[in-house]
Amino acid sequence: MTHTVVVAPRDTIAREGAVRSYLRLYATLARTSIMLGFQYRVSNYFYMIGMIAEPVVYLVVWSTIARGQGGDIGGYTPGTFAAYYIVWTLVRNMNIVFTPFGWEQRIREGELSGHLARPMHPIHYDLGSFAGWKVVVIVMWLPIAAVLSLVFHPSLDPSLAQVATFAVAIWGAYLIRSMFLWMLGMITIWTTRVSAIFEAFFAAELLLSGRLLPVSLMPEWTQTLASFLPFESTFGFPITALVGPITGRELVTGLVLQMVWIAIGVGGVQVMWRRAIRAYTAVNG
Amino acid sequence: MIDDNAAVSVDALRKAFQVPVREAGVAAAIKSLVHREHREVVAVHEVTFSIAPGEIVGFLGPNGAGKTTTLKMLSGLLHPTAGAVRVLGHEPWRRERDYLRRMTLVMGNRNQLQWDLPALDSFELTRAIYRLPEALFIAQRDELVDLLELGSLVNKPVRNLSLGERMKAEIANSLLHRPEILFLDEPTLGLDVPMQRRIRSFLADYNLRHGASIMLTTHYMADVEALCERVIVIHHGSILFDGPLSVLAQQFAGHKTLVVTLDEPADLSRYGEVVESSPTRTTLRIARDQTAAVTARLLSEFSVRDLTVEDPPIDDVIELAFASGTPT
Repeated sequence: MTHTVVVAPRDTIAREGAVRSYLRLYATLARTSIMLGFQYRVSNYFYMIGMIAEPVVYLVVWSTIARGQGGDIGGYTPGTFAAYYIVWTLVRNMNIVFTPFGWEQRIREGELSGHLARPMHPIHYDLGSFAGWKVVVIVMWLPIAAVLSLVFHPSLDPSLAQVATFAVAIWGAYLIRSMFLWMLGMITIWTTRVSAIFEAFFAAELLLSGRLLPVSLMPEWTQTLASFLPFESTFGFPITALVGPITGRELVTGLVLQMVWIAIGVGGVQVMWRRAIRAYTAVNG
Repeated sequence: MIDDNAAVSVDALRKAFQVPVREAGVAAAIKSLVHREHREVVAVHEVTFSIAPGEIVGFLGPNGAGKTTTLKMLSGLLHPTAGAVRVLGHEPWRRERDYLRRMTLVMGNRNQLQWDLPALDSFELTRAIYRLPEALFIAQRDELVDLLELGSLVNKPVRNLSLGERMKAEIANSLLHRPEILFLDEPTLGLDVPMQRRIRSFLADYNLRHGASIMLTTHYMADVEALCERVIVIHHGSILFDGPLSVLAQQFAGHKTLVVTLDEPADLSRYGEVVESSPTRTTLRIARDQTAAVTARLLSEFSVRDLTVEDPPIDDVIELAFASGTPT
């Protein structure tokens, strides 16, 4: 059956290209998030300080083991461990995205319905908002990194190519993790009993990403397994890109691999979203 | 049958949910691990109606009747199980951006504004989401701030606003893109009477200025009486009534209320059911088809100081409609 679709009057839509309108949208979302982030700067700071406990524990443990084994483990000295885990703190903060545990509340409180009533895919809201928050995070991270450097004396001497790759890779990591955690969170639309799946995902991520320790120090079979999964692209690669040791070829391969995981993530989100939206019941909101 | 000229056209619309069911007890819990049973709950059952461009329609029903589910299907949030829907020529479930830009859904108990920021910042975000040209955005924002008497409230963080002020700011935010159709789900929920009145008068004004169609669910009959010439009553997912508000009472209330004040006290119980009585003033409930005859007899047999004939209050009519389940 055919039907008439009356298009919206032109004067209600800005005459600008799609790229420009998305840039404006992302800039506004990021600006909003920055305002919120600085409004809650004290609580954000305490949150970041609390987060440091985890890498400091890893750093102390692995540095002690390295010293006990004659000065290094697999090429990592206490100085390179310090560099690894201090950079870790920034990468971890860059990796914070909308948590899959938040989806239940998002559905229950009707926030998802609110997003769906607007002419924008909700993932843009999350990507833009969390990207803005990163600006706040980076500003707040600098003094923390300075204090950690004074205490643990990192060995860090990156080349310009490493710094440039790192600058790109932390945003690549952000996009990969956003996509995969979005897919994970979307499962909540079908069933709310998903926390066990979330926990299994985070346990795998802890072991196979380079979060717990550099992947190169793991058994060979674990490294092989990690190479087939997206986790290392979100943690280990950005950190190693800056801290080294890494060749120019490995830097390029790492970035290409990140792009592959981003493409898989975007495709996965699109396919899953189309199904999720049909299954969405919006019973509570 | 879908009407392409209508703002909203709905034909045999149905929405059913699959709900998991399980009996109480450990055995049932273990059984549910391997075999989950589901029950189908029909929230909206073969609903058909249409709304003309510029029309304001009250969508009434008790809790769980299917009002919000219907609104969610019309606004593209839910995918219908069966039936056809067209809103402004679009099938809402396709969620085309052109459609979402032309409609708005306001839910009285939900908010889109950023809690910790002034409403003006949320307005800017809305501008970016809807890709509004600057001139239109400023004109529309200023008009809404003026009509809703928001003034400097838009500069305060939303968390510092009262419920009524917040609702006004929410409504302003949801109309910045000048939608052609408004789905309002209890927009006056929890507001005090003056604030309810202000929002009603704003909605009537918006409808006149922009010719927008409005579909409104509410439990406040004052909203319906002030705004809607037509109401659709839904109960258990099916439509009980669709027509002018004035006809609703005729269809569901088989009686009228007659209030008579006499010069001398008298017993009027033989003229109808006495609802309320004082020495000279009596309120009678009379069968609708007896109203003219009883009024004539009272006027001829007594010295009447005052006499009024009224339909029962709309709240009572709606209650009767829900209780009866079918039109009388």
